[in-house]
Amino acid sequence: MTGGAAPAASAPLPAPEAAPEPGPGPGKRGDGGIHRSLASRIAGRTGGGAVAVGLVLVALFWMMPTFGLLVSSLRSPQETGTSGWWKVFTEPGQMTWDNYDRLLSDDDMMRAFFNTIWITVPSTVLVILIGALAAYAFAWLEFPGRDWLFLIVVGLLVVPVQVALIPVSQLYGDVGLFGTIAGVVLFHVAFGLPFAVFLLRNYFAGIPKDLLEAARMDGGTDLTIFFRVILPLGRPAIASLAIFQFLWVWNDMLIALIYADNDSAPLTVALQSQSRAFGANIEVLAPGAFLSLIVPLLVFFAFQRHFVQGVMAGAVK
Amino acid sequence: MAEVVLNGVGKVYADGTRAVESLDLAVAHGEFLVLVGPSGCGKTTALRMVAGLEDVSEGTISIGDRVVNQVPSRDRDVAMVFQSYALYPHLNVRDNIGFGLRLRKLPKAEIRRRVDEAARTLGLEEHLARKPRQLSGGQRQRVAMGRAIVREPQAFLMDEPLSNLDAKLRVQMRAQIARLTRELGVTTLYVTHDQVEAMTLGDRVAVMRKGVLQQVAPPQELYDHPVNLFVAGFIGSPAMNLLTGRLEQAEDGGLTVHLGGQHLAVPAELLDRRPALRAYADRQVIVGIRPEDLYDAADESGEPPAGTLLRADADLVESMGSEVHVHVRLDVPPAVTDDVRELAEDAGAADQVPDPGTAQTEVVARFGPRTRVREGDTAALRVAVERMHFFDPGTGLSVADHAQDHVQNPKEKS
Repeated sequence: MTGGAAPAASAPLPAPEAAPEPGPGPGKRGDGGIHRSLASRIAGRTGGGAVAVGLVLVALFWMMPTFGLLVSSLRSPQETGTSGWWKVFTEPGQMTWDNYDRLLSDDDMMRAFFNTIWITVPSTVLVILIGALAAYAFAWLEFPGRDWLFLIVVGLLVVPVQVALIPVSQLYGDVGLFGTIAGVVLFHVAFGLPFAVFLLRNYFAGIPKDLLEAARMDGGTDLTIFFRVILPLGRPAIASLAIFQFLWVWNDMLIALIYADNDSAPLTVALQSQSRAFGANIEVLAPGAFLSLIVPLLVFFAFQRHFVQGVMAGAVK
Repeated sequence: MAEVVLNGVGKVYADGTRAVESLDLAVAHGEFLVLVGPSGCGKTTALRMVAGLEDVSEGTISIGDRVVNQVPSRDRDVAMVFQSYALYPHLNVRDNIGFGLRLRKLPKAEIRRRVDEAARTLGLEEHLARKPRQLSGGQRQRVAMGRAIVREPQAFLMDEPLSNLDAKLRVQMRAQIARLTRELGVTTLYVTHDQVEAMTLGDRVAVMRKGVLQQVAPPQELYDHPVNLFVAGFIGSPAMNLLTGRLEQAEDGGLTVHLGGQHLAVPAELLDRRPALRAYADRQVIVGIRPEDLYDAADESGEPPAGTLLRADADLVESMGSEVHVHVRLDVPPAVTDDVRELAEDAGAADQVPDPGTAQTEVVARFGPRTRVREGDTAALRVAVERMHFFDPGTGLSVADHAQDHVQNPKEKS
């Protein structure tokens, strides 16, 4: 989870405004130059060229393991066994697609890859759909006990998945969901929902009430208001949720390890079994790991454009 | 188009607050009725109940011949313009205006035709492809109007639609709303706290205070015959001057009103119209004089008739160009009642309520621009005594005025 989550957490933040550097010249009035706090001075400098260079260096340093993994996945196991991946700079000729060819023709790995997709996509879509509907109800419908129910949902945020592992195993055994993709999906949806409801409810509650009332006057039912007003306006929150949920499920191994069998195991489990069975099975591990991290990256870039700022601008006043 | 009738409508919130109390109001076919009052007087709540955005606690609301208490907003066939405009930020102007029609599944061509027509009426044609955030305040306001008019609803509900605009634009848009609603002839219920809007737009104006309807009348009627101190003080700018006076029997059988050391004669004609005044002989009354009913005696030819003159020192002279407001101090106790206090609070000047113990009252006179009164002068004010108003100091009600009988619609009571 950590490898893929880093860009998700850092990228959507807007670049800080380049604050003009106040000249500490003698003509300046009191509180401007000298007495500014350290933090605000640092913030003021983030627009400068030196800082940009520094940030790029840090970013490159952070990307090194990923880059190393990419290069390793392109070298033969013999080369990897005898020298470090940086050798590739002096001998670019040793790069080869062989590992990927083998990976793509490896039925077990490919099945695991598609299992991951079959687990992750429904888990994400269901969590967003159910979460958004519930969030709309919690934010805008009036029914008795609404706020208590919401507090319970918030409370569920802190329930660790581990407490459910054994009871759910028994339940799955009884209803025949054990070892199926559906079982894994169901578990992810159940544990993804509290956060989804919490995040979306708070975002939806911030949508101006007048907009919903206007839609009501315009002839909207709760369902049309949800699909035509709430969902489009909730796009930024839904996009962040989609990324979080996708990454969480994509990178999950614990739940898959317990509830999936050999036929329904996702890539994480398959990779893990590779490393256990053959020791340093690098020619499968490296390309497999790279495959498993490139998809979340693509998902991130696909949703990133929905982090539009000021979606609400112009709505009221 | 339809009649909107509120019958004994009340609104009680869960915590027991009464926002609206047995409100009876009928907006006739095609009528423009303005609900006006200070903030918190229940006018917006009343409007929202008609819209279906608030439940009705008591009474019935009907639109056309249908009682709509239990009908959801979307089926009431009324359109609302919100104070905040409430434009859908993710839709362009065309889709904003056409939103209601799309939800009603009108054919595409029909939607297009109606939106184009509304845009033409409102001068929004060049902006149809823009998003709300790219529009100015005035343009957004017009989009909000457009969204209401394309619906061709039974009635328009407008909740302070102009209060977010700056002063100049507000005057323009006010005129545009007046023109538009007259052209369309749609029944309109309009809420505002601005009495100028109320007076200029309304066919009739309903004044509310603390959830209770005070008076419903055409604007001029409301201005000339306010039923109580509250309406008198609320309508008109500068506000009516309210003074504590004493009615006394004159030797000729008429009445005079004593204001401090000075007195004004109550003309026989006024006494005929307000016979109840006789019962107030030798009692305190609150005298109301509109600023424009005070004339600069020095500017008039001839001696003013006896008992029409007040003298007082001018302590502030404000020139408006077309007129001059002269503030003078009269040696009479100010009229301070709950109404006056509430009016001051509404104006954001609660601390400016005069102390009833003081012996001086500030009076504003609206003189012509050629007046020669300067600050510090003693001004001679001729009072148009036949237009004086009298109120009971206890109840705040206007002392029986025959005109009152036709002020109110027979179906309504205040």
